[in-house]
Amino acid sequence: MNNSDLNSAVNKGSVAKAILLHPQDKVLICVVHIYAGDVIVVDGESVVINTDIEVGHKLARTNLAIGDKVYRYGAPIGSMTATAVRGEHVHMHNMQSDYIPSHTRTRQNQDRSES
Amino acid sequence: MNQSVSPSISFQGYARQDGRKGIRNVIVVGYLVECAHHVARKIVTLSNDMDVHLIGFPGCFPNQYAYEIMRAVCIHPNVGGALLVSLGCESMNREKLLQEIKASGRFAELLVIQEAGGTKSTIEAGVAAVARIKAEADKTPRVLMALNELIVGTICGGSDGTSGITANPAVGRCFDALVAANAACIFEETGELIGCETIMADRAITPELGAEIEACVEKAEHYYRVMGFGSFAPGNADGGLTTLEEKSMGAYSKSGSSPISGLIKPGDIPPSGGLYLLDVVPDGEPRFGFPNISDNAEIVELIACGSHVILFTTGRGSVVGSAISPVIKICANPETYRHLSEDMDVNAGRILEGVATLDEVGEEIFQNVVDVASGKRSVSEELGHQEFILTYKSFEPIGPSCLPVRQLA
Repeated sequence: MNNSDLNSAVNKGSVAKAILLHPQDKVLICVVHIYAGDVIVVDGESVVINTDIEVGHKLARTNLAIGDKVYRYGAPIGSMTATAVRGEHVHMHNMQSDYIPSHTRTRQNQDRSES
Repeated sequence: MNQSVSPSISFQGYARQDGRKGIRNVIVVGYLVECAHHVARKIVTLSNDMDVHLIGFPGCFPNQYAYEIMRAVCIHPNVGGALLVSLGCESMNREKLLQEIKASGRFAELLVIQEAGGTKSTIEAGVAAVARIKAEADKTPRVLMALNELIVGTICGGSDGTSGITANPAVGRCFDALVAANAACIFEETGELIGCETIMADRAITPELGAEIEACVEKAEHYYRVMGFGSFAPGNADGGLTTLEEKSMGAYSKSGSSPISGLIKPGDIPPSGGLYLLDVVPDGEPRFGFPNISDNAEIVELIACGSHVILFTTGRGSVVGSAISPVIKICANPETYRHLSEDMDVNAGRILEGVATLDEVGEEIFQNVVDVASGKRSVSEELGHQEFILTYKSFEPIGPSCLPVRQLA
């Protein structure tokens, strides 16, 4: 895939803050720290981002509903457990694996399995 | 990336009596139970030589896998000789191990602490033994070694959301160039390929191998399900990865786009050039805990399969190296690179900043492989990183469909 073509599909004429990895994807990948209030262009439309989003994290390319499959690299990487509007951070709070639960520090604390 | 990278690239290797060639001439000091660890470590420290490495197995109870991995790494082509340090009452078959190392043409000695007079006496005897072994290893003939004699392993550690778009696909480009030059390339951690099994099976050179690949990922999924978690650390989530299959897709891109020539298990040596998948998840019902307790356990298995060099991609920022084979570290995340540049060989984060392409970083990694094979120290090697972990596992031998190339040969 040609990264520059995909980048320009997201942010024409400026340095992309989030990139599209595959035409089928439902999420964009943040490549510089995005601050709450930043405006980014998604598929030709300006979207205001409501929260800080760190490098490597995902944001919704379209409005996503509970149960929607999330695509990245053109492949399914899990399903939505809560809704997300276009531009919203997509992570543990609104999506989960279709295979195996992910181990997080929060879950570790809840389980009290380790000190 | 320039696929015509010449197979004529060559460097000076070490000729071993079994016909294999190494890129380093390391002396290993191996403790055969945790009780001998301190003595072995002191011998290595007092030897004060960056090519004398500490390895070992902490367990007292017998384990065939641990024995086979110890044998495989002691007769690895990067190893010139070995000193084994035993307490005396552990299960590891020290005499057999010693004989097998000697049978490979290497100079090897064994010290048994209970027979050598104790800690201090064994340390003194060990330092003298290492000097003797090193003197023998220094006589190893140098010989021209080509890319088609090189085995390169890859692993990712501390992955984040950038790993799968920068460092991992860049390693994939490097792997494509190495496979084109008929080197053997190994990728691994089937537990981190959950979700990729179907597309991976399609790349197998025979349908039977494809079926074996799907079965081994299914085995990994079952194993991790019993463990209660996928192969997913809290840091992965901090870095933006949400699910195991998301991490998997990113990890998978390290394999590049070559056909998959075989499925091997720890200790199996690729029979020819090509791309191989290493199945690191134990066979049978889960018994000994997590398949690999941390990245270095996987690196040891890649080395046991003959890897001369390891390509380690990291997003959050790992600092490890390894005993025996140099580790080249490729940093995926530009912010991590700025924090930890002193530990990194390659900054793949430049791809995100628009100042380098995947192809350019792939070529830089390839050049690093050639340079390190030619004797240049990788960053972790120069810093003295020589991590080594070996734990309990059990494996069945691979089936006949796993190595179609061997049947064709």
